[in-house]
Amino acid sequence: MSSVISVENLSKKYIIGHQKQEGYTSLRDVLTNGAKHLTDKLRHPFAVPENDPTHEEFWALKDVSFDIQQGDRVGIIGRNGAGKSTLLKILSRITEPTSGKISIKGRVASLLEVGTGFHPELTGRENIYLNGAILGMSKAEIKKNFDEIVSFAEVERFLDTPVKRYSSGMYVRLAFAVAAHLEPEILVVDEVLAVGDAQFQKKCLGKMEDVGNEGRTVLFVSHNISAIQQLCGSGILLRDGVMRETGPMDKVIESYLDDSTLIGKESIGDIPRARHDYGVIARFVNAWPVNSKGERTTSFMSGEDISFDLDIKAFEKVDSLSIVAGLDTYMDYRITTVLSEEVGMLFSGNKDAVISVNVKVPHLHLKPGTYALTLGIRRNKSPLDHVVKAIRFEVSEVSSSSGSYDSSKRGDILTESAWHLL
Amino acid sequence: MSSNQSVLVLEAGRAERHYWRDLWRYRELFFFLAWRDILVRYKQTTIGMVWALGRPLITMLVFTLVFSKLAKLPSEGAPYPILVFAALLPWQFFASAFSGAGDSLISNAGMISKVYFPRLVIPASAVIVSFVDFLISGIILVALMIWYGFTPSLRIFTLPLFILVAFAAAMGAGLWIAALNVKYRDFRIIVPFVVQFGLYISPVGFSSSIVPEQWRLLYSLNPMVGVIDGFRWAILGGDTRLYWPGFMLSLSLVMLLLITGIVYFRKTEKTFADVI
Repeated sequence: MSSVISVENLSKKYIIGHQKQEGYTSLRDVLTNGAKHLTDKLRHPFAVPENDPTHEEFWALKDVSFDIQQGDRVGIIGRNGAGKSTLLKILSRITEPTSGKISIKGRVASLLEVGTGFHPELTGRENIYLNGAILGMSKAEIKKNFDEIVSFAEVERFLDTPVKRYSSGMYVRLAFAVAAHLEPEILVVDEVLAVGDAQFQKKCLGKMEDVGNEGRTVLFVSHNISAIQQLCGSGILLRDGVMRETGPMDKVIESYLDDSTLIGKESIGDIPRARHDYGVIARFVNAWPVNSKGERTTSFMSGEDISFDLDIKAFEKVDSLSIVAGLDTYMDYRITTVLSEEVGMLFSGNKDAVISVNVKVPHLHLKPGTYALTLGIRRNKSPLDHVVKAIRFEVSEVSSSSGSYDSSKRGDILTESAWHLL
Repeated sequence: MSSNQSVLVLEAGRAERHYWRDLWRYRELFFFLAWRDILVRYKQTTIGMVWALGRPLITMLVFTLVFSKLAKLPSEGAPYPILVFAALLPWQFFASAFSGAGDSLISNAGMISKVYFPRLVIPASAVIVSFVDFLISGIILVALMIWYGFTPSLRIFTLPLFILVAFAAAMGAGLWIAALNVKYRDFRIIVPFVVQFGLYISPVGFSSSIVPEQWRLLYSLNPMVGVIDGFRWAILGGDTRLYWPGFMLSLSLVMLLLITGIVYFRKTEKTFADVI
């Protein structure tokens, strides 16, 4: 086994201008700034030039090193702005690194966007050839795969229709189909599965799995943790341009979740809300998971009663508040949602009062794993606060279930059952 | 998979060793892009072909009227419309290639920030698109020759050489403007100005023989003077004489333009994706 991609101390710096949004400059600015510097220099010839306050350095990647073996399927995860896309751009030779070195063995095809270069005026057939050429396929290769591409995209009837008349679903299917038939040794894919319907996404994932099974190397960036987990054996976690973790995918996902939940770090009252009108009238300030013995803890047994102590601060006199709690798996899959208004519980409080509430979910038969609680406050059906993944807890297997059957394969719920011989 | 795959090394400021080989590998993309632009151009307009023929034809008529009928300028023995058209062909090729290449990178920004390929492919295919228009307008020249019963001399066989020079001039200027346009967007404003101004300072509507002898070398500092004179010399034959010192000067300037254009483009192309 030899490494096909070897990255050593890779860094990439961007200069951000604070004056304007665009990356490009205008000649006028260059001339006026140049003249200004010249006159400054003439007036104060011995002054030390100060740092230009309108420009700031930004390291999108800093000292990243890793090796990828042939046939690996590697998932790259991290929050927005962690440097994932920059890394892919450097690997696909779109932009060059500021320092560091990358050695790549074999042909790389990168798919950072579906339908790059598609022209709306051209027909499906013409776009297949054009897009294939842009992605680096030869005409002969495209011809060879043409029928397969068309049937994968399911656009047979519309081959000679300009793609501007396609539905967005057809457009994306066609675009992905072309890319899926690239035959490189290394395939680099960025978040392209965010588009298309569920069925097509499944098809795409399957295709990418095939690519990996053929001994080719796949690098995959996504926010869809379950897709990454399904597809990738190993992973890389980036945070603020620095590599935090690398190794088996499960371990990397674990660290990613540790990174993105806040238990023990700060109060949930401080978690930034998605909208600035959330948490203004009433706000969650604390939340703890509580076990059946009444202890605040984050580890539970499957089948145990789980309850949550919630503290809500009212910033004005409020009444008829309904509380919503949603339980998610760590792959962003919603298990269940409970609403206090459904059982006729509405809460009220005076200005600056803290309303403490406990909600109990008896006999939660979750399969072992990590779960997160998402909280919301509603008044007359309009949201007042919303905290995504406010707290996190672990569920482990009940010791008595000395099952010979692997519990991870038993489904999402490990329910009780009663058996009788009839 | 072959066992002896070449290793690609990416490093800051590292010159691409396989650049020209890559460019060759991407030759199909180059044709596809040119083909796309031509296809799109003629798909969107109902009278596409007429448009490509009509524009130079009308310009030629106006120039003939102004310079021959009103200003009574000499025609070097050939019918004035042919004199004008022999110059209009390379000039329009240059002008449209120049502005086409100038816009090409910006209008393909999406591709540049998402896919790798030698960026040279984009302005080069824009030049090719203009070249196709040039060939189409060439039909008018043939028609004019038949109309006036004008038989070119054997010098017409040297025309491909001058087309090559015109190509080099268009490519050189096109690469410069394309690369500059990515970094400094105000070059966008300069392009129409150069095209308009260039039409007057190049000998399109008149023969460069009316320029006084002592100024001709200076006049040849405009590279298009050499290109246009060469076209006229090859097409008109007869009394037309090529002013060799001026032509050589123009030719060297064209070469300089092309070489510096390639060097500057290659130097800046790696940062295109960051600034575009």
